[in-house]
Amino acid sequence: MSKRDLLLEIGLEELPARFVTASMNQLSDKVQKWLTEKAIGFGTVEAFSTPRRLAILVKDVEESQKDIEEEAKGPAKKIALDSEGNWSKAALGFVRGQGMTSEDIYFKELKGVEYVHVNKFIKGQPTVQLLSELEDIISGMTFPKNMRWADQELRFVRPIKWLIALFGQDVVPFSIAEVQTGRETNGHRFLGEKAIIDKPAQYEEALAEQSVMADPDKRRQVILNQIRGLEQEKGWIIPVDESLLEEVNNLLEYPTVLYGQFEEEFLELPAEVLITSMKEHQRYFPVKDQAGKLLPFFVTVRNGDAKHLDKVSKGNEKVLRARLSDAAFFYKEDQKREISDALKKLDSIVYHEEIGTLAEKTSRVKAVAGKLADLLHLGEKEKEMCLRAAEIAKFDLVSHMVYEFPELQGYMGEKYALLKGEAKEVAAAINEHYMPRHADDDVPPSVIGAVVSLAEKIDTLASFFAIGVIPTGSQDPYALRRQASGVVQILAEKKWNISLEELIVLGLKGLEAKNILKRDLAEVEADMFTFFKARIKHLLQEEQIRYDMIDAVLFGEIGSIHSIVERAHVLDAKKEEAGFKESMEALSRVMNIAGKCEEKVTVDPNAFENDQEIALYEKYQQAARQYTKSQSEAERFELLISLQREIEAYFENTMVMAEDEALRTNRLSLMKDISDWVASFAAMNKIIL
Amino acid sequence: MNIQNMILTLQKHWSEQGCILMNAYDVEKGAGTMSPYTFLRAIGPEPWSVAYVEPSRRPADGRYGENPNRLYQHHQFQVIMKPSPDNIQELYLDSLRALGINPLEHDIRFVEDNWENPSLGCAGLGWEVWLDGMEITQFTYFQQVGGLECKPVSVEITYGIERLASYIQDKENVFDLEWTEGFTVRDIFGQPEYEHSKYTFETSDLDMLFQLFAMYEKEAHRQMEEGLVHPAYDYVLKCSHTFNLLDAKGAISVTERTGYIARCRNLARKVAKTFYEEREKLGFPILKVKGEQTNEQA
Repeated sequence: MSKRDLLLEIGLEELPARFVTASMNQLSDKVQKWLTEKAIGFGTVEAFSTPRRLAILVKDVEESQKDIEEEAKGPAKKIALDSEGNWSKAALGFVRGQGMTSEDIYFKELKGVEYVHVNKFIKGQPTVQLLSELEDIISGMTFPKNMRWADQELRFVRPIKWLIALFGQDVVPFSIAEVQTGRETNGHRFLGEKAIIDKPAQYEEALAEQSVMADPDKRRQVILNQIRGLEQEKGWIIPVDESLLEEVNNLLEYPTVLYGQFEEEFLELPAEVLITSMKEHQRYFPVKDQAGKLLPFFVTVRNGDAKHLDKVSKGNEKVLRARLSDAAFFYKEDQKREISDALKKLDSIVYHEEIGTLAEKTSRVKAVAGKLADLLHLGEKEKEMCLRAAEIAKFDLVSHMVYEFPELQGYMGEKYALLKGEAKEVAAAINEHYMPRHADDDVPPSVIGAVVSLAEKIDTLASFFAIGVIPTGSQDPYALRRQASGVVQILAEKKWNISLEELIVLGLKGLEAKNILKRDLAEVEADMFTFFKARIKHLLQEEQIRYDMIDAVLFGEIGSIHSIVERAHVLDAKKEEAGFKESMEALSRVMNIAGKCEEKVTVDPNAFENDQEIALYEKYQQAARQYTKSQSEAERFELLISLQREIEAYFENTMVMAEDEALRTNRLSLMKDISDWVASFAAMNKIIL
Repeated sequence: MNIQNMILTLQKHWSEQGCILMNAYDVEKGAGTMSPYTFLRAIGPEPWSVAYVEPSRRPADGRYGENPNRLYQHHQFQVIMKPSPDNIQELYLDSLRALGINPLEHDIRFVEDNWENPSLGCAGLGWEVWLDGMEITQFTYFQQVGGLECKPVSVEITYGIERLASYIQDKENVFDLEWTEGFTVRDIFGQPEYEHSKYTFETSDLDMLFQLFAMYEKEAHRQMEEGLVHPAYDYVLKCSHTFNLLDAKGAISVTERTGYIARCRNLARKVAKTFYEEREKLGFPILKVKGEQTNEQA
């Protein structure tokens, strides 16, 4: 079959950089899916994107759809023929529906019954007749944010300026928002001109002649090579942040890397302030020396050629200088304010209308941090530092610098606290109390940081749950899931044995007095418990723990989150070991039969009738004693399964559901004791063997 | 090029594109968008193209004339075209060329920036235009004004005059900019900058401002009931400026702030709706005139 290349280009006013790559992939996926659905064969696919265009080149698209040959099954023979052997209405209706005649009918047996069949043949249509459907593919594209322009009805990511749709050398005619398809593209806004594309395969080269690098990967490589070249030439280190490179790459069509400098005195500013000014506000790459120290230079990428670079560099230097002057001014001004004065300002900052001010939150967090310090048996000095860190954790929120660069909250707090003579542990905790800031972030490294972080997070969760703000589905405006996951991560990684139930009570205490508790206390507790459970489940799922193991450890009370996580890991590690199945079966058997225990009594060893009963009872007593003294969940697991042999022997020789009521109750009570003990580790009978 | 010549150049350029050249609207406001020539005229189906210089007051940015980058009052050159022309980006770039900015010698980018003004119920999509890393223009396709969907869509181009001038004249301090031969920004605006800052942060009468806000608000509602959109809108602008004065002095707490913004927004929405209804009653006269012209040409 003969083939032609297909080219589609959507010319746009500048797309938001963050949408470019995803939009290109969407176009590519949609076109390939359409070709596949239409049974049109095609070869390799190349996708292109710049801020001003999304394009796809499909090589070797077949000239027509594949013919379709298929067998269609109709009614059974006895329905298809009437008593005189003529075709019934049912049979005639069937063949008509298939576009055939009764002459095409043959019979075929299926499970002993003969049915009417026809062989259908659908001739593939010429591709060129179907291509106008590309219009729907383009106008059906979706974007995170859409707009309208002029008097068009269409909502699209940005106004469409031109369209190319070429099948071989022919234009596929259609129009979208009054833009007609053609073969004319636009080069670089300033360096290029219009270009005519005769054949799809010429696309990339035709654009290259007009100073557009249409392939985003090649463009990115050009930027990287130029950056590496500059590094070598100057002896610099230029750390390349992937997401910044991606953004910069999607802001230009023809990259030229250049550098500029700023006054050395600005290096006295904290490194993060410099980096944020350069990266977030200006999309510059910071420059470091071989030892990793910031240098008074920056690297930027121009959308243009290497002419007049001095001018461009000078302009960029001017902008950065103004930004850094602002930052230096803020830094100086902020240092004039004492921490105590900053804290007073928190009185007038409303955290949430129904929850109160930041100052009120701070005092609650401080109280919780103190109780946590006690629970963890921290020394007097450490506890004092926890309290101080909790007290001043938010003071940088009223600084000029954080007002200007909100992403520096905590970081500036640490810097300013050190300058004001706070202990370095306290200062570090101010920064750490926001950790983990995102899913991949570390938990606070220090104990004090972790205590304040926990206190802050549990207070946030308790307050929002208390006023009835509970995340549902995609609705989580205060990122409470992140907060709860942070609590789980901290407890798991710090291996702190604080029970979840206790933590929830701690968070909710103090809210009632402040009139923040707007709902029934027990209900709030239950909601928080369920919410946390889902976060633990999520964490374990992320760690690839099997779902039934997760259900087993989360079955009852939670207690210490760290133990729960460790137990899930133990089960997961043991599941492949020999004997796992048998020991689980034994424990499950006990748990299942214990469910029949209606009246629990204290087990009376004198009422035992056989040796196996005695053996199991004694083994259990001994193992349970060791269990409470044990320090690791792995050890505890071994103690549980050490009962396996005794359990098996027990069931072989003992009829638990004995006729005699007293005997039965005594036996069931032993089963119940063991079952409760096992369940305190995990509901082993939930594990799928 | 001094500021006066920049303004003349931009006026000539946009006048040639069919814009009505207007003067600043005579009620205090924080941005050119708030002028009725933008806010009201972006509403409804009637075509509208206009260009004007708007002195914009930002009390909180007042620095007694001491900060080289911040001003109590700066100037915006505002262009509105409805419906947005297909070649609007080209028209804009031509205006830069007219100002002597050759794109081949610089790095000009359109960087995503979506604009929202919650206190006026406005939202739009577009870019900030970067010239060698500096934001010189806000370029917005209005999607919503006063809570009403824009149909057709207006495009708004806002040049920051002082920003652009500091680049063109290569000055570090905004007060050193030449307005016209023999006059700098300091000569013209130095004293008012100092006095307005002092007034805003030190001598303003808060009780009076709170009272004024309430009175202006009441009057805006009253005039709207009479169907008098323009007088009502003047009072909305006065509310907004009074709020800015109060806010700059720190007289409004965070919670109250939300409330005041909501009050401004409600007024703005009501004005927008009333304006649309009043134009509709008049039969959208500009639409009619333009329609007849097109028919005659045909």
